[in-house]
Amino acid sequence: MSQGWLPVFTLATSLLVAPLIFALPERAWRARAAVNLAAAVLKLLLVALLVLGFYQGRDYSFGFTVVEGASFLLQVDALGLMFAGLSSLLWLATTVYAIGYLEDSPNRKRFFGFFSLCVASTVGIALAGNLFTFLLFYELLTLSTYPLVVHRGHAKALAAGKVYLRYTLTGGLVLLLGVVALHALVGDVAFGQRERLADLGPEAHPMLTVLFLVLLVGLGVKAALVPLHGWLPRAMVAPAPVSALLHAVAVVKAGAFGIVRLVYDVFGISLVHELGLLMLLGVIACVTILYGSVRALSQQELKPRLAYSTVSQVSYIVLGISLFGPFGTIAGLVHLMHQGLMKVTLFYCAGNYAEELGVHRIDELDGAGRRMPLTSLAFTVGALGMIGLPPVAGFITKWYLGLGAVQAGMPWVIGVIVTSSLLNAAYFLPILYRLWFRQGLGRWPEERRLGRYETSAWLLLPTAATALFSILVGLLAGVSFSPLDLATFMATQEYLP
Amino acid sequence: MIERLGLATDLSGQADAPLMLYAVLGLPLLLGLLGGVLRPARGWPVALVGLLPLSALGWLTAASAGGPGQSGTFEVGSLMLHWRLNGLTLVLLLLTQAIVLASALYAPSYLREMAQASRRGQAGFWPLLGVLAASLSLIWVAADLLLLYIGLEVMGLAVVGLLLLPGKADALVAGLRYLLLALVGSLAYLLGSALLLGAWGRLDLAGLAEAAEPGALPWVAVALLSAGLLLKAAVFPLHAWLVPVHGAAWIPISALHAGLVVKASFFIALQLWLVLVPAAASAAALIGVMAAGAVTWGGVMAWRAATLKEVVAWSTVSQLGYLLLAFPLLVGSGKAVAALAWDGTWLQLAAHGLAKAAMFLAAGNLILATGEARVEGLAGASRRFPISLLSFGMAAISLVGLPPSMGFTAKWLLLHAALAGGHWAWMAVLAIGTLLSAAYVFRIFRYSFIEDAPEYEYRRVPWGMELIALLLALAALLLGLAADWPLSLLRGAGGEP
Repeated sequence: MSQGWLPVFTLATSLLVAPLIFALPERAWRARAAVNLAAAVLKLLLVALLVLGFYQGRDYSFGFTVVEGASFLLQVDALGLMFAGLSSLLWLATTVYAIGYLEDSPNRKRFFGFFSLCVASTVGIALAGNLFTFLLFYELLTLSTYPLVVHRGHAKALAAGKVYLRYTLTGGLVLLLGVVALHALVGDVAFGQRERLADLGPEAHPMLTVLFLVLLVGLGVKAALVPLHGWLPRAMVAPAPVSALLHAVAVVKAGAFGIVRLVYDVFGISLVHELGLLMLLGVIACVTILYGSVRALSQQELKPRLAYSTVSQVSYIVLGISLFGPFGTIAGLVHLMHQGLMKVTLFYCAGNYAEELGVHRIDELDGAGRRMPLTSLAFTVGALGMIGLPPVAGFITKWYLGLGAVQAGMPWVIGVIVTSSLLNAAYFLPILYRLWFRQGLGRWPEERRLGRYETSAWLLLPTAATALFSILVGLLAGVSFSPLDLATFMATQEYLP
Repeated sequence: MIERLGLATDLSGQADAPLMLYAVLGLPLLLGLLGGVLRPARGWPVALVGLLPLSALGWLTAASAGGPGQSGTFEVGSLMLHWRLNGLTLVLLLLTQAIVLASALYAPSYLREMAQASRRGQAGFWPLLGVLAASLSLIWVAADLLLLYIGLEVMGLAVVGLLLLPGKADALVAGLRYLLLALVGSLAYLLGSALLLGAWGRLDLAGLAEAAEPGALPWVAVALLSAGLLLKAAVFPLHAWLVPVHGAAWIPISALHAGLVVKASFFIALQLWLVLVPAAASAAALIGVMAAGAVTWGGVMAWRAATLKEVVAWSTVSQLGYLLLAFPLLVGSGKAVAALAWDGTWLQLAAHGLAKAAMFLAAGNLILATGEARVEGLAGASRRFPISLLSFGMAAISLVGLPPSMGFTAKWLLLHAALAGGHWAWMAVLAIGTLLSAAYVFRIFRYSFIEDAPEYEYRRVPWGMELIALLLALAALLLGLAADWPLSLLRGAGGEP
């Protein structure tokens, strides 16, 4: 119980800010923005403190019993810190973005209240120390994102919200059943105590296989594994900052993070390997990667194309952890961070085009590079990263995925990665071509001047920042504290005898 | 199990009833009469006065904490009426006081807002409320079929009186139908009691538990008694009277009825089974089938209901199904299963009581504010009545059984019990119930998030009314993580075998 207050405070910064925002009147936008930004900055500082303390070997944990055999436990480990760091960084960026994006639109109070609840759930997922606590925040995330998805309140948004709930609540229920069964088997499962399952012996293997699959289905809904991905493209009706957050950290990433936890910290990679499930996981990931890319190719609107691209890209994480060996692990973990940065950038850009120019379709983007150079530059960085060109972050993932495939003795995976990269290029390069090399018509569907620069500074600043970060984490991947460094640290620990 | 009900024979020394027990039972009566004379127009005098029985109960709880539980007799002439006081009794008493107090605080403003509430109706409200509170408390304390009968009859009459208060035709019809059904139920109950009295010459539960011999007689008696009680509890398929009753009643009375009154009959029925036929697993499974029917039918009807009140009322029918699962999980099951189910059942009862009362009060606020009973009338409510909708939502989270609510913790325990006992069917019932309740609850939200709807006329609801619903809902939401407290109370004072 030493220094348990630090993770609690980290969680509380966004959790307690929500009722405060709900209490502020709708008109008080300055106060709301100030509270939001202060909390986001504070949280980033607290996470930084956690990282420093963790490297010094401090033990942060906080817990109490909820009912016999199930406890609420917050704990800090490298994986959780990585995810907490990502979400607090992108919370700050997205808050800035959302303030600009939602200027003058109704229901901002509700939006920002649930927005911080959503971030609180994500940080809770990151810091959860056992499966029970993870489940709590995982469900809380569903609840707090629903109002954001239906925010616009028109028929299409409400229909998408219905689909979203249908998927996520069913997934949550399946997860609950799996967690209850696991608890009945071995009691409270703190992350990292995987010997308890391995010690059950070979006669428990059929049972454990079933449990793993149940938990995987529960988590796979949020991670948008094919065929559980149906909600994701429809959730696109949400406002751009929400899409950005949903695709980069909150929902999709929570699912992927959960699968990482499941494989490494609940079952243990050796046990999953022993059960023969890694191959299955790899195949599901590959199918998802290819299916998502192919569907992205056929989308004519920008946001749906990015959405299917998310379906595809998030599965790189799953693919990475399904490759038995440190390189696969590094690839999966590092992509957790890298995909977040790149995808958030792309969605910010899509939002900028929609806000400033009224552009939603890809064929309307001709010549937008001249009109909005910085946004288009950021988009280019994100797109090239997704394709996997160095030095942008995405390259590192693909490189390690290839190494991991060789190491795991699954060279056919390289074929999948190459195919997927080609498909990435096929659906991103035409956009870049239109942005930079095609002559525009000179007028845009609904052009507005939102500020002194190419668009409002509130929108531009976060876009540029995350694009810069996407390059930096790739360029400086060898520096300590970089995502790659953290991932390598975790992978070495995982495979040390 | 009998020990946990506080009916162990070694406890039934002839202790005098503590003075505070008389206070808990008698004070509501006195205060109700006082209210009838003074007719409080504001909440604060009610709150002030309501502290009296609450502090008596607090005293009682503190005095019995950690003790072995108490039991004894009230001597009325030559009659010996048995009572007992243990952890379970205290939990139920606390729940009763909380919900009665909330409804009483809600009432003055509500009656003022209801223009058609006649002066006579208002004068009748307070004494009847007092009688209802006292008779409910008596039922929790009673350990004797005769005393239970007295409590049940008085409670039934008080409820009928309260239902008739609006004085309109539909209220009259619903109230009289309820009276008729309640009388039929009482008749069945009396017949069953007479059988037992004829056979063994006693009516106290502890004595009956000792005297009961397996055979046809306890079966017939239990069948008669439970048929009467389940009719009163609106258990599927005997539920048809419940929805019209709520449709006509005043909101605080609906809250009391759904939150507490239906549970009294359930409580008595469960006790009788545990006392008279503790090993009747197969018969209890029959009740499980009724539970499955209640959960699905009630859920589907709630999902299709046109008015807000009907949704909430059908949800009561559905949620009672969860409680009924106590029969197959507790009767004739092993020690480990029963221990989990025991905790789960009472937690579920408390969770549903608080959440349903909160939901009715919040729904009442919404109906008053929109002037519209239909679910469609809620279009755009999320912007105009955020607090009421928030209360409704938090209560709904508990009803659906999502974390961190009390409903979730209860479901967690019940799922564990079902799994430990290998009862797959009951797990399925819990799972289906979760999805159905999510479906009807989020239907409400779907309407309230509509933005492009015509503007309805609406008016402000007094903030006090919103605050009461909010507090009840918060309790239902947050006590889930703090479930250790009600559970330790349940185990205290002789609740542990």
